[in-house]
Amino acid sequence: MTTAPARVRARLSSRTASLAALLIALLWTTPTVGLLLSSFRPEDQIKTTGWWTFFSAPVLTLENYQEVLFGTSSSSGQLASFLLNSIVITIPSVLFPLAFAAFAAYALAWLPFRGRDWIYIGIFALQVVPLQMALVPLLSFFSEGVEVFGLQLMPAWNLEGTGRFVQVWCAHTCFALPLGVFLLHNFMSELPHELMEAARVDGATHGTIFRRIVLPLVAPALASFAIFQFLWVWNDLLVGLIFGGGTAESAPMTVRLAQMAGTKGNEWQRLTAGAFVSVIIPLVVFLSMQRYFVRGLLAGSVKG
Amino acid sequence: MDLDFDLAAESPKLIQLVIGVVAFLAVVGLVLLLLDRAPMRSRARLHAAILLAPAVVLLAVGLVIPAVRTTLLSFMSGDGTAFVGLDNYAWMFTQPEAVTVLRNTLVWVVLVPLLVTAIGLVYAVIVDRARFESLAKSLLFLPMAISFVGAGIIWKFVYAYRPEGVDQIGLLNQVVVWLGGEPRQWLLDPPLNTLFLIVVMVWIQAGFATVVLSAAIKGIPADIVEAAKLDGAGAAQMFFRVTLPSIRPAVIVVLVTQSIGTLKLFDIVRTMTGGQFDTSVIANEMYNQAFRYGETGKGAALAVFLFVLVTPIVIYQIRSRRALR
Repeated sequence: MTTAPARVRARLSSRTASLAALLIALLWTTPTVGLLLSSFRPEDQIKTTGWWTFFSAPVLTLENYQEVLFGTSSSSGQLASFLLNSIVITIPSVLFPLAFAAFAAYALAWLPFRGRDWIYIGIFALQVVPLQMALVPLLSFFSEGVEVFGLQLMPAWNLEGTGRFVQVWCAHTCFALPLGVFLLHNFMSELPHELMEAARVDGATHGTIFRRIVLPLVAPALASFAIFQFLWVWNDLLVGLIFGGGTAESAPMTVRLAQMAGTKGNEWQRLTAGAFVSVIIPLVVFLSMQRYFVRGLLAGSVKG
Repeated sequence: MDLDFDLAAESPKLIQLVIGVVAFLAVVGLVLLLLDRAPMRSRARLHAAILLAPAVVLLAVGLVIPAVRTTLLSFMSGDGTAFVGLDNYAWMFTQPEAVTVLRNTLVWVVLVPLLVTAIGLVYAVIVDRARFESLAKSLLFLPMAISFVGAGIIWKFVYAYRPEGVDQIGLLNQVVVWLGGEPRQWLLDPPLNTLFLIVVMVWIQAGFATVVLSAAIKGIPADIVEAAKLDGAGAAQMFFRVTLPSIRPAVIVVLVTQSIGTLKLFDIVRTMTGGQFDTSVIANEMYNQAFRYGETGKGAALAVFLFVLVTPIVIYQIRSRRALR
């Protein structure tokens, strides 16, 4: 049995440990709490006193949210418009890579054809390429088309206004595919061989096998990839900035917030409310589907 | 205050969204239709071609060809017309402003993985089997859902500055004042400002490390822990002799993943300082050169350098991931 001093030491160390945990937890939550609380305080209070003084004179208002979302002056956020853009960007940018990656993963896992391993290795290796490598040429691909030795192979897309969304969807889909194929291939290739054989003997086509057998079985993997892609697209700044332009016509919310943080860095009433609007949707999705997210995380699906 | 949200003016966006979703359904329907039409007796090659076509075409057009073109552009002048050899790379390694960028990136990529892993590990060990374990882990994990832009604003607010004598609105300066110090503009003075940006990244990523390492700690066989306890191992011994060696693969995964993410970091710097005050990093400078200054060649050279830095780490990551299975 342990001796008395050892027990005292153990209790002491467990107490310091709890204290350390509490400290870390506090450090990690306080900044967010401060922002959230501030976003409900009147403008003059945010700008003159710290949010920790709130409790001495509590005044709450929704004015900041009204202004940042729906204000019409150019200096207000007009965030409602950008919020809509984020939604319009995100939905197809999740759907397309999900479907294309599932198709490709099925073919690579279950169809015997020559060169299969090479294609798989090729797609797999593309995870190495940072998207920075693709930005400049991909943008000129959209704006100038393809020209080889003076021969116009493909005309410029010349996307204007809401058409820019198409650019953003394409870019997000391309950048998501290597990880998506890799992740779904991992899950699909682990399905039992007998199952596929039995279905094929029964005369099922690949379309039927894919829809009726494979998709339901890999649904958890699809869910975790979908959450990753959703969070990635919703929170992305770089792709939105380059392919979505900078205006309320087609740029996502992150682009607007980054602009506001740069040019109106001291308009805290708008920044705090705006930041919270952008944070709340992924937070809800994340909390409600945390199980799948963690599973995907542990399966090694971290995008670079 | 004038409030307005004109739904009619926004409707083209919704139409665009509908077009996108319809296009999605059409493409998926077409692939499945072709797949069903292709006779089952024909060779797998045809089916495979139908299924692989969308992904392979998009990857070729959106990633492979652009990456090759970027590599070529890195040997060209700013406007992409004249061949300049290695000039862009020489600029990157010799000009003071570019060297600062490389130095900052180095600081980031050394500090972030180490701090994230250390904090995540300590926290995972402490809260392991504690009463509020899942709540405690969620608290650290939540910033993972927040965009880097959002996190940048949250922390910019923490660092906010008001001159001495006036009420502080930023928490950090208030703490400094409470402790009897002078408020400072944390994000303006190099080289410390880079550290204050790094704090934001660590804040976001520590939850990732906690979750991965906590899962690994739970995977340590109970009999090993029991045996060590019977042998009278103390907390420290337990940690260094049992826990750490057992979860080594997971620690490596965290370190490596964080290095890759940090190398490509863009949003935090862009949101909080815009790369001014000597805080720029490779990804941010690449954006500035290529898209703001029109120096495509220099931007491309930075992208290629990023690629060269990331490649060995990703290869190592894939190997260690396999070891984790």
